[in-house]
Amino acid sequence: MLDQIVFYFFAALAVISAVLVVTRRNIVQSAIFLITALLATAGIFLQLHAEFLFIVQVILYAGGIMVLFVFVIMLINLDVSLHQVQFNRQWWLGLVLALALGAQLTVAIAVGRSGLPLGEPAPATMLEPSTELVGKVLFSEYMLPFEIASILLLVAMIGAVVMAKKKV
Amino acid sequence: MHSLIDFLLTYWVQLVCAVIIVAVLPLVAGYIVLMERKVMADMQARLGPMRVGPHGLLQPIADALKLLIKEDIIPDEADKAIFWVAPLISVTAGMLAMSTLAIGPWFQIADLNIGLLFIVGISALGIFGIVLGGWSSNSHYSLLGALRSAAQLVSYETAAGMAIVGALMLAGTLSTREIIATQNDYGVWFVFAAPVGFFIYVVASIAETNRAPFDLPEAESELVAGYMTEYSGFRWALYFLAEYTNMVVVASIATTLFLGGWLRPFAGTRAFNFLDFLPSVLLLGVAGYCFYRAPKQPVKIQKMVLAAVGAMIILVALILAAPLLAPAGSFVASMKAGLHGAFWFLLKVGLYIYLFMWLRFTFPRYRFDQLMRLGWQFLIPLSIVNVMGIGVALVLHRHFGWSHWTAFPLTTILTLAVAGLLAAAGEKQEKTHAIVGEEA
Repeated sequence: MLDQIVFYFFAALAVISAVLVVTRRNIVQSAIFLITALLATAGIFLQLHAEFLFIVQVILYAGGIMVLFVFVIMLINLDVSLHQVQFNRQWWLGLVLALALGAQLTVAIAVGRSGLPLGEPAPATMLEPSTELVGKVLFSEYMLPFEIASILLLVAMIGAVVMAKKKV
Repeated sequence: MHSLIDFLLTYWVQLVCAVIIVAVLPLVAGYIVLMERKVMADMQARLGPMRVGPHGLLQPIADALKLLIKEDIIPDEADKAIFWVAPLISVTAGMLAMSTLAIGPWFQIADLNIGLLFIVGISALGIFGIVLGGWSSNSHYSLLGALRSAAQLVSYETAAGMAIVGALMLAGTLSTREIIATQNDYGVWFVFAAPVGFFIYVVASIAETNRAPFDLPEAESELVAGYMTEYSGFRWALYFLAEYTNMVVVASIATTLFLGGWLRPFAGTRAFNFLDFLPSVLLLGVAGYCFYRAPKQPVKIQKMVLAAVGAMIILVALILAAPLLAPAGSFVASMKAGLHGAFWFLLKVGLYIYLFMWLRFTFPRYRFDQLMRLGWQFLIPLSIVNVMGIGVALVLHRHFGWSHWTAFPLTTILTLAVAGLLAAAGEKQEKTHAIVGEEA
């Protein structure tokens, strides 16, 4: 009962703020709603006992990326963006497609529910600490993809530095 | 309804702890402000607040009352909703971060297995309060303060995070409780195993809490009051509360990770058991000073208040001494862990905050480019080397059978050598910059 209330609270928060991100005219307000959407998703992770995912969501997305977003937004002249056209002419097509996708998913879940057993949640005490599990798996089974991703990030970082560097 | 009652029955201890933290923290913050003013006065050879209560002891309460009844001004051109909510974000983030701190073995709201990451991550959200508050004020000074704050926090969070990683490698866990337990097993606090990491954390935590010498977001001689220029009354007080809450949070992280948390000095050595009496003796000394000063107060009510403060401190000293004097195995004796743990933890947090104040009144403010250079060109490389050094020391210890006493000092010396190289390189670069600047 309490679980469900918490879940629906976070889910509603995420959906409503996600819609507001697109519809607000003021981009600072959009950024704030993007933060709430990310935090609400983090809350759902927490409810699923995925503590590590929760805190990674908070630190990386809310604490890191969004701070940089807001930092850049503050340097933009807001008056200009307030008078620009917010949506292009295809917004109604997007709305129709989104509604169609939503309807399809609803029908699919309603019809195929019996064929897709969702599995019983494990009791909270049985779960191993997720941080250690993620670490172990990352450095044993998925070593190669992990290293490739690291090299990709390193290349991007060096590229950014080279592009930003003044000619000496 | 039923599930709500179940929830309350299961978690009432945690709820009570949470209410205590939320209720007591503003008071604590107020008294840290008083302590800061007194320390500042002492270092500048003056008396500081003396009027309200004996030796200004009631000053924080008077300040809080004044701020509560002041007019709450919102500028016409401000973005009202964001202006209204920004201080709340800062305060909420700071208070939420307190929830996984273990103040003594008894007092903790939640022992999460992501404990320390939770504190670091949630307290980092407080930056939004500063940035949004500065932006929504619609004033140049506020915006500059907010921009500086964002840039500073992003830069120094990396160094602080890497310093924390170093200590976490020693602990092998993220839970605050187990970090302290491992320090007990090692028999040495991590500050001695990783002194360079502790140094990096001290510097980075000062920058993260926006305090002098890194208080550029609110540099009063350049930006009026930085991001809180347009704030007044209680919203301004909320920003202050957030700043001091953050100080308590970073001090608690440092205490937990590097200074042994609630452990007494030499916790594992029986020969130092007499240190258990230190809390009571210290407090009795303070109480004695209160009684010595009480008759010298100018007004009768002040004499009475100071004597009452002394009596309260004696009471606390007696409570701390009771478990030591009670027969072993009795209920009173079993309270020792909780009471003394809380005392040592709070003492270390207090000393760390005192260190902050000491540095604040010793160093002049950094220039912004100096701040950035220190963060990116010295602290971050040094923190990476520090993590590698600790890794090497752990491998030497675990796989090659070196003892702690050789492995850790060796890598510490190596890290210090790298620090020296970095500092020398930075100085050289600054010199060439200066020459280029002169030629141009």
